Parts: sequence; structure tokens; C-alpha cells
Amino acid sequence: MSLFADPRWRDAFANLPDYLGAHVRVSLAALALGLAISLPLAILARHRPVLRGALLSFAGIVQTIPGLALLALFYPLLLALAALSLSAFGVGFSAFGFLPAVLALALYSMLPVLRNTITGLDAVDPALVEAAQGVGMTQRQVLTMVELPLALPVIMAGIRTAAVWVIGTATLSTPIGQTSLGNYIFAGLQTQNWVLVLFGCAAAALLALAVDQLLALIERGLRLRSRVRAALGGLGLAALIAATLLPSLAGARSTYVIGAKTFTEQYVLAALLEQRLAAAGLSATTRAGLGSSVIYDALKSSDIDAYVDYSGTLWANQFKHPGLATRDQVLADLKQDLAKDGVTLLGEIGFANAYALVMPRAKAEAQGIRSIADLAARAPSMTIAGDYEFFSRPEWANLRKAYGLAFKTERQMQPDFMYAAVASGEVDIIAGYTSDGLIAKYDLVVLDDPRQAIPPYDAVLLLSPKHAGDAKLRDALKPLPGRIDIEAMRAANLQAGSGSTPDAVARALWEKVKPR
Amino acid sequence: MLATMTRDAPPMIAYTAVDKSFDGGRIKAVDGVSLAVARGELLAIVGGSGSGKTTLLRLANRLIEADAGRVEIEGEDVQAADPIALRRRIGTVFQAGALFPHLSVAGNIGITPKLLGWPRDAIAARVDELLDLVRLDRAQHRSRFPHELSGGQRQRVGVARALAAKPAIVLMDEPFGALDPLTRDALGEDFRALHQRLQLTTVLITHDITEALLLADRIAVMHKGRLLEQGTPAEVSRSTEPYVAELLQTPRRQAQRLGALLPQDGAA
Ligand SMILES: Nc1ncnc2c1ncn2[C@@H]1O[C@H](COP(=O)(O)OP(=O)(O)OP(=O)(O)O)[C@@H](O)[C@H]1O
Ligand SMILES: [Mg+2]
Repeated sequence: MSLFADPRWRDAFANLPDYLGAHVRVSLAALALGLAISLPLAILARHRPVLRGALLSFAGIVQTIPGLALLALFYPLLLALAALSLSAFGVGFSAFGFLPAVLALALYSMLPVLRNTITGLDAVDPALVEAAQGVGMTQRQVLTMVELPLALPVIMAGIRTAAVWVIGTATLSTPIGQTSLGNYIFAGLQTQNWVLVLFGCAAAALLALAVDQLLALIERGLRLRSRVRAALGGLGLAALIAATLLPSLAGARSTYVIGAKTFTEQYVLAALLEQRLAAAGLSATTRAGLGSSVIYDALKSSDIDAYVDYSGTLWANQFKHPGLATRDQVLADLKQDLAKDGVTLLGEIGFANAYALVMPRAKAEAQGIRSIADLAARAPSMTIAGDYEFFSRPEWANLRKAYGLAFKTERQMQPDFMYAAVASGEVDIIAGYTSDGLIAKYDLVVLDDPRQAIPPYDAVLLLSPKHAGDAKLRDALKPLPGRIDIEAMRAANLQAGSGSTPDAVARALWEKVKPR
Repeated sequence: MLATMTRDAPPMIAYTAVDKSFDGGRIKAVDGVSLAVARGELLAIVGGSGSGKTTLLRLANRLIEADAGRVEIEGEDVQAADPIALRRRIGTVFQAGALFPHLSVAGNIGITPKLLGWPRDAIAARVDELLDLVRLDRAQHRSRFPHELSGGQRQRVGVARALAAKPAIVLMDEPFGALDPLTRDALGEDFRALHQRLQLTTVLITHDITEALLLADRIAVMHKGRLLEQGTPAEVSRSTEPYVAELLQTPRRQAQRLGALLPQDGAA
């Protein structure tokens, strides 16, 4: 089979105009903002040693913050600012997607531009500066007519570095809701679709390379004082920007935006929602790969219009109810909380996705472990793995309290790798998800929870305040609640995790569960 | 002729008891100098390296400020003048040329007229005129960049740039340094002719006492920041200052030895 005959390539290409356009848009805005801030700052700080030192160390520190963390930090910051501005001036703004991404990336671009501008200006021969003053230039003319032109090649080199960094790091803006080429990478990682991961990486790398080379052409043109080269580079850059932006701008604006978190089941459910809307003649796009803490706020402020969340997650994490409650209590509380935010709970999907302690069936039988209570005695010699948030969640605290659990080691892992790790014996037990298809695939068992330390988390379908009274949307999604049980969801997750696209899986899932 | 014409007119440049030190007073670059340059005069400043020659020039167009004393240009205290306007009406040839490497020959020569807001075609015409004046081929040199010129051509462009805005005063800091003797001599003679034709007032710094003796109306000798002697070449050659006598020994000896060595008809 030829590599390119794989249908996943076609899927990847279909999204390219949208993702690439958004990627270029956010990178360009960030770079422009970064330059607009860094260039004047560099000029201002050049002859002020204190400011200069402070600026360079600040930019240096920013640089050491991992890109993902920097982007993630801007989201709550802007959220708070938006709330503040809403209460103070009556105007809010969206803290979701574009704005935090642009701000974080602009900050990221500052170091190379600042450093190179200052070094470039410092390197200008003082004799030339004196000559410039001597022929009668004002301070500003000395800067614009002599110093900046002479420092330009060095400054351009800094801009090139910044451009490559920004384009590369922009792939990380997907989790805060900014569509980018990172959508390929995050979706691919979650669904173990390596074709998609590769495609996203290659596209981002090619874009960075193309921009870098065009900027290099401009830089060489400036260095060799060849207007033709500089103009050619500028033209190429303009053409590249136009070519990537136009298709995404020309594309029809979708009326609805579906959200999805960062794991396989969410991709499948988002695809399903989108298909249901399409079937009802409504256009929709998906913002996938959103962070768990970002997605509800995005819905509340109508940046996205519908998504599936889990009752217990919202109940404990978003609305901060302490302790434990029964399934019905959780749902009842949640309906009240959501109503306060203007969010509509359209219904429960029909399955629950909860954390569960999971281990290989053979091992469990050999050691006579059936429930978490059985496990407690052996825990001190065992290693447990969970996802990045599990060990800081209330469920874990409850579990430990209820059963007196204490493991030898706790390890954090990418969810999709946990199952393989426990199957291979690398860890003894994992905190998995009840709806995960990999439980069947690796022949694992879910241990009983006789003391009900972990509440079941019903999957619930939520609608944004903006579309609370939208009959068309409600009618299109009405058939969904109650239709998908745990078996069907597990099977779909398994399929999606082994290479089928979320789209195809969602289609097959609907064929199986749709009302007849 | 020159002397009678300029005796009573106020000097174009006048230093009165000027001090300038650097590094918090540790280096006295200019020490109590009083010196006047008359209209139409070509004054040469000679002296060893670090004797304060460049510093003296930079005081005239206020690239630096005097610590004490007065510097006047055409009777006006530079302290009271707008330094930008002042520099635009004084032509300066900088030590080591200092042409702008990112500007063409035409761009370099036309810079001060451009700053003064001359129209584009007037600048272009002036550039061509100046290329003729410093004897560079218009078509060949106009659009070249400084790195595409020989050392002598660069110096000529430097002179042309200083003359571009038709200044009455020209300050030249070793304009003919680092050239072979023939080119240096030709350039010197060319400039002397220009100085006369354009009725300039020129201050010319040089290391080379011979050059000063041959080109200048008057010579000022600097030594460790002090003005040791000033006067016409004839006056200076009669100086009783040991340092000046030492300076003059070299050209004297050279002239004697050359006279003995070279055949009188010059057919070498
Ligand atoms: N900006 C400055 N800061 C500190 N010291 C300076 C500065 N400019 C000149 N000097 C010092 O002042 C003294 C006179 O310098 P100046 O440049 O006037 O000498 P010069 O006669 O032009 O020498 P040269 O023939 O080598 O060009 C020197 O000792 C020099 O080191
Ligand atoms: Mg000097």
C-alpha cells in the first residue's frame, strides 16, 4: 500500500486551508506585536544600562518558560482582565483563543529582536555616528538614516529567529482554543494517528522554513544593498501570507462551534455533534484539543457553542463542591450551577466516564484482587500511574482515605500510554477511564469500588448561553441524549485509538445507535 | 594680498582661552588655546598624535563643548547657536573619511543638502558639479558605494561631501592621510586651488609639517594640548620653540639631501 493512499492524508489536507490560515494569522499578529514592542524598547534601552539589563533578563526569563505553560498562563490572566473590564467599563472581550495566543507568542518573540537590535546598534562604528552628527543630522536622523540602516542586517537576523520560534511555538496554542497547525499534532497524539502528527509537524516546519528563507533573502538584499533581492523577498513573503490567509478568510463562516477536550473520546463526540448539525443543515466547525480548564469557560462566554463534559468533573473542579455525592445528587447540583451561568444541559449522553483503577486480568486473578479493598494490602509494593491531573484531584484523595491506599510510587503519564504500560508490567496499576476502549484491547479489568469512593461521571451535553433558546440547534442535537451506552462508547474509542479518523468512527457509531 | 584683505574683518573662527579635558580632568586635550582664523585663510594645524588637533576641530562645530573659554564662528558664540544648523553650514572632512557605507557616492555627497531640504534635482545637479570639482568621473562614480572606491577616490568624495552645501568654512581632519605621496600631493594642490576659487575659510589638520608649509597661509603648532606657535610658514620657521625647531628639522634635512641627490633637470 502506498503511503499516500492512506485516507488519513486526504482528511489532513481537507483541514489544511483552515489550520494553516489560522496559524499564519496568529503568528503574524504575534510577530507584528512583538516587533512593535521590542524595536522601540531596544532603541530606548540602548543607552540606559539599567533598563537594558532589566529588559534583556526579563526577555531571557520569558524564554525559559515552556511555550505551553506560557500560553496556558495567559488564559486565566486575560479571563480575569476581561471580567474586570466588563465590570468597570461594561465591555468584555474573549479571553479564548486568538488573544492569549498572540500575547504569549509576542512575548516569546521579544528576546531575539531585543538582543539583536541592541547588539546591531552597538556595533555601528562611532566614527560614522560622529560623521552623521557632523554633517548636520539631528539625533533622530542619526538613528533612522545611519544607525538603523547599518544595524539592519543584524536586526533582520533577530527577526528571523523570532519568526521561526513563533511559528514553531504557535502549534502549542491549540489547547487554549486557537486553531493552528498544532490541531493536527494534538489530535494525532490523542488518537494515535501518527500520520496526522507527522503532517502537522511537517506543515509547521515547512512554513517556518519558507518564512525563514524569504526573510533571509530580504536580509541578504539589505546586506548587499540589492534592492531587487530585498523586493523579491518582500514579495514572496506577501504572496505566502496572502496564499495562506485568503482561503481561510474566503471560507464560509460557520454558525456553530463545537468544542472538544484533549482525548480520543472527545474527538469522536465532537465529530458526532458536527455530523448531527450538518445533517440538520447547520454548518459547524470544531475547536478540538482544548484544555480541561479552558473549555467550560469558553462555553460560558459563548466562544464555543456545544460540547460534552462529565458531571463529576464540573461538579468537583468547576463548581468546587467538596466531598462526595451520589450520582443523582451530582446531576441535580450541576443543573442548578449551570443554570446560574446560563448554560443549558441538554441531556445525558447515556454513558459514564469515570476514573477507575485498572490492572491486567491475569495478574488480578493470580493475586486474587477483585476490588480496591483487596488491593490495599499489596499497594505498598506497587507502582501506580495516572494522567497529569489525577493525583491532584479529589477522587484520589477520597480513594486513599476510603481504602487506606499507599503505593510505592506514583507516576504521571500521557493517558494513551498508560494502558500499554500496565499491560506490559512497567507499572502495576493505572487510574484509567471506564469508557476507554483499551481496557478490552489489553484484556484489563476494572477493580470494584465497594465503598463508592469514585462517583460515576455522566457524560452530559452542554449548550452555550448564546444558543440557549436556539430551537434549530436543540432539535438537531435532541436525538443524541440517552443513545450511547458504555459498550458502544468503548468500542468507538478503541476504533478511534487504532487509526480510524474520529469522523469515520463517529459515523459508524451513529449508524449503530441511531433511533430506528 | 590676503593679509591686507583680512586684517580688519572679524575672524571667521575664534578660540579664546579654550580648555577641554576628558576623563574627569585627567586628560587635558586642549589647554588654554587662543587662535583666530581669518576669512579666506587656510590654516594648517600640525602636531603629534594626541596633541589635541581633532579635539580643537570638534569644538568648532560643537560636537563637543568647551570646559572654559569661548569658541566663536563668524562672530557668534557657538554656545548660543543651534548645533544642528551650525554643522549644516560648516563643511567637515573627517579623519579616516567616515563615508556612510550604506549610501552611494551621490548619497554621501548630497547628504547635507538633503538634510537642508533642497529639491531632488538641485541635489543631483550639485552632486555632479562637485564630482567635477574633485575631479571624479560623474557617470563612473555617482552610483558606486564607498567600498567600491580606491583610498584616494574616497578622500575626494569626503571633500566633496564637505563642500556640498556651499559652506563658507571647511574643517578637514587629515583629509589626505594614508595615501601615496603622489596622490597626496595632487589632492593637496587640487584642494588649495578649490579653497582659493570658492573663497573658503579652511582649517586643515595634518601630521605632515611639509604639507603644512607648502599649502597653508598660516600654521598653528599644537603640543600636548597647548598652542606652541602660530604664524605664516616663514614666521614659524624662525620660531625659537625647541619643539617647533625639531619639527622643522625633518623637512630641512630632507630638502638638503634631496637637493644633493636629485639631478637638477629632473630627468630621473
Ligand atoms: N572622547 C574622548 N574621551 C577621552 N579622551 C579623549 C577623547 N577624545 C580625545 N581624547 C584624548 O584627548 C587627547 C587629544 O586627542 P585628539 O583626538 O584631539 O588628538 P589628535 O591631535 O587629533 O591626535 P591624532 O593625530 O592621533 O588624531 C588624546 O590624549 C585623546 O586620547
Ligand atoms: Mg586626530
